[in-house]
Amino acid sequence: MLEIKNLHATVEGKEILKGISLSVKAGEVHAIMGPNGSGKSTLAQVLAGHPAYQVTDGSVTYQGKDLLDMAPEERAREGVFLAFQYPVAIRGVTNAYFLRSAVNAVRKARGLEEYDPIDFLDVLRDKLKAIGWDDSLMNRPVNDGFSGGEKKRNEILQLAVLEPRLALLDETDSGLDIDALKTVAEAVNRLRKPDNATVVVTHYQRLLNYIVPDRVHVLAEGRIVKSGGRELALELESRGYDWIKPEAVVA
Amino acid sequence: MTTIETQVAQPYKYGFVTDIESEVVPPGLSEDVIRIISEKKGEPEWMLDWRLRAYRNWLKLTEPHWANVQYPKIDYQAISYYAAPKKKPQLESLDQVDPKLLETFEKLGIPISERKRLAGVAVDAVFDSVSVATTFGAELRKHGVIFCPISEAIREHPDLVKQYLGSVVPHNDNFFAALNSAVFTDGSFAYIPKGVRCPLELSTYFRINASATGQFERTLIIADEGSHVSYLEGCSAPMRDENQLHAAVVELVALDNATVKYSTVQNWYPGDEEGKGGIYNFVTKRGKCAGKNSKISWTQVETGSAITWKYPSCILQGDNSIGEFYSVAVTSRRQQADTGTKMIHLGKNTRSTIVSKGISAGRGQNTYRGLVKIMKGAEGARNYSQCDSMLIGDQCGAHTFPYIDVRNSTAIMEHEASTSKIGEDQIFYCRQRGLSAEDGVSMIVNGFCKEVFRELPMEFAVEAQRLLGISLEGSVG
Repeated sequence: MLEIKNLHATVEGKEILKGISLSVKAGEVHAIMGPNGSGKSTLAQVLAGHPAYQVTDGSVTYQGKDLLDMAPEERAREGVFLAFQYPVAIRGVTNAYFLRSAVNAVRKARGLEEYDPIDFLDVLRDKLKAIGWDDSLMNRPVNDGFSGGEKKRNEILQLAVLEPRLALLDETDSGLDIDALKTVAEAVNRLRKPDNATVVVTHYQRLLNYIVPDRVHVLAEGRIVKSGGRELALELESRGYDWIKPEAVVA
Repeated sequence: MTTIETQVAQPYKYGFVTDIESEVVPPGLSEDVIRIISEKKGEPEWMLDWRLRAYRNWLKLTEPHWANVQYPKIDYQAISYYAAPKKKPQLESLDQVDPKLLETFEKLGIPISERKRLAGVAVDAVFDSVSVATTFGAELRKHGVIFCPISEAIREHPDLVKQYLGSVVPHNDNFFAALNSAVFTDGSFAYIPKGVRCPLELSTYFRINASATGQFERTLIIADEGSHVSYLEGCSAPMRDENQLHAAVVELVALDNATVKYSTVQNWYPGDEEGKGGIYNFVTKRGKCAGKNSKISWTQVETGSAITWKYPSCILQGDNSIGEFYSVAVTSRRQQADTGTKMIHLGKNTRSTIVSKGISAGRGQNTYRGLVKIMKGAEGARNYSQCDSMLIGDQCGAHTFPYIDVRNSTAIMEHEASTSKIGEDQIFYCRQRGLSAEDGVSMIVNGFCKEVFRELPMEFAVEAQRLLGISLEGSVG
C-alpha cells in the first residue's frame, strides 16, 4: 500500500530525513518510534504533503501512485489521513460543518453524492455510536477552546468519519491521560480493517499496549536504525533510546 | 512554493460599463451648478436654499486628513456633479425603463421584477444620480409606508423632509457631508408610520456608471413610534482608471420604541493590482435613537472601494435605546479602509454593541477607528466592543484606534481585541482533510466573520459570503 524509498526531506534548508525506506502493507499497523528530533513527525508531515517541507530525494508510492506528486488535498481524497500532533483551531466553524465539508470534498472527488446537512447528521450519529462517543464536540468550533485531550479525540473522530485507507497518527498519545488514551486507542482499533493501514508515530511505548503494531521502526537522526516486532517497543521502554546509535544502521 | 500569497488576482466582476446616453453637467462646482441640479430635480425654493447654505459652509471647511489612508489630492472642480440616463424613466412602470438599464441591473443580480416579491424586497435602484425604479410602491403604500426616491419625497412629502433632513447629519457636519448636502442628486427616502412593521425589506441599489462623475446620494429613513424597518443597501461601479468620488450621507431616525436595521454590502470597484482606479468611498452614516427604547442596528460588509472612510454611528438619545454596529471590512490589492463607528450615549440605560472584523490581504491596509462616548446624563450606560483583525500574507496591515470617553462613573465598558493570521498550518489542516486551499481560506474567513454575517438578512448573508470569497480569491495559491 505504501512504499517509501530513500526519502530525503529538508525544512528551511536543513535536512531532517536522510534516506528513509519503509514498506507498509494493507491491514498492517506500523509504529515509528524514536527520540525527540529524530524526524518522526517530519515523516508524517511529508507523507501528508505539508508545504513547509521539501523532498530532495527518494520516492513514495501509495496504492501504485506517486504520492509526492499529489497536492495535500488530493492525498486526503485518496484516503491519506494525518491525525495532527497539534491540531489547529478554526473559529466560528462548527466541528459538524467542518467535517461535513471535508467528507463532501472527499466524496465529490470519488464521484459519490455529497451529503446534505440532514443526511450527514445521521452518518455522524452512526459513527459516533460506533466509537462509543457522544456528540458534545460537534457543535463547538473546530478545536477552539478544546482541551489537549479533546483535540486529540477530535482527530480520531475525524478519522472515524473520513474512513481513510492510510491513517498516520502523529503523537496522538501525547497529552492524554490513561483513560483518554484507552478510549482513543479503542476507537482506532475498531476502525482497523484488512484493507486499511495505520502508521503510529510515538515517543512512548504505552500507546502500543493498546494499539498493537505489527512492525516497530526506530528513527534516529533521520534514518530508520532498527526495525522489529512488537518486542522492540518493549525493549525501548526498558532501555531507552541511547543504545541505538545511527552507526548501528543495518544495511 | 508556499501557499499564502497569490489570490487577489480575481477580476472585478461588476466592472462593465453600460452604453447608455446620459446627460452630464460639465465638471466643476459653483452656486450655478447647484442651481442647475436643484432645477433639474424640480425642487422647491427651500431645498435650494438649504443646498446653498451647505455649499457656503463647505467652502469654509477643509478636507479631513486624520484618517489612516493615503491618496492624491482630489480636484473638486474636475468632477461632474450630475449625471442621469437621458431617457427620463417613469417611476411606476418598469416597461418604460430603458431596457439597457434593466439589463444592467439584471447583470448585477438585482432583478427589479416580480421575482423580488418572493424575496420580500422592495428595491429602489439609483443609476448614477437618478433613481430609476422603485418597486412595490403601491404595496407599501397600503401600509402607509413611504418608500421613494428622495427627489420625489422633497416634492411630495416636504414636511417630513424639512423636519428630518439634516437633523442627524447637519449640512455643516463635516467636509464630505457638506459637499453632499450641496450637491446630492438622489437617494432613497423611507417613512414608516406609527406602529407599522414594514411588510417588506426595503432595498436600494447604487450604481455609478458615467465616468468622471461623483455619486452623492442621500438617504433618509424615519421610523415613527413603535415601527420596525429593515433596509438593505448594495453598490457597484464599472472599472475605470481614474478614481471616482462617492460621498453619501445616510440619516436614520428612530422614535419611541422603533427599530431600524440598516445593512450594507459595499462592492464598489476597488482599483487594480497596482492601486490604479477605484472608488473613494467617503461616507457619513449616522442614526439617532431619538425616542425611548428605540434601536438602530448597522451591519456592513465592505469589500470594495479603493479607499473607505466610513463610520456608521448611533446617537443614543432616548432612555434605554440600543445602538449596534456589526462590520466586516476586507482590504486586498492596494485597498485602504478606515472604518468603524461612534456610539454616543446620552440617555439613561443606553446600550451599545460593536463587533468589528477587519481582514487584510495583498497590500491592503485596514483600520478600525471607533469612539464610545458616555455623556454625563447617561446613567447606567453599557458598551461592549470587540475588534478582531485577520491578516492574510505578510504585506498587509491592520490597525486599531479605539477611543473611549466616559463622563459618567456608572458606565460599564468592555473591550476585546484580537489579531490573528491565517497561517500555513491552518490551510494545511483544511487541505489534509480534503478541502482545496481556496475552500479552506473561505471557511476560515467566514468563520471569523460569523458574528457579523448572522446579523445580515438571509439573502444578503449569502451574497456577502460569496463576495468575500471573490475578494480574497488569489490571496492563497
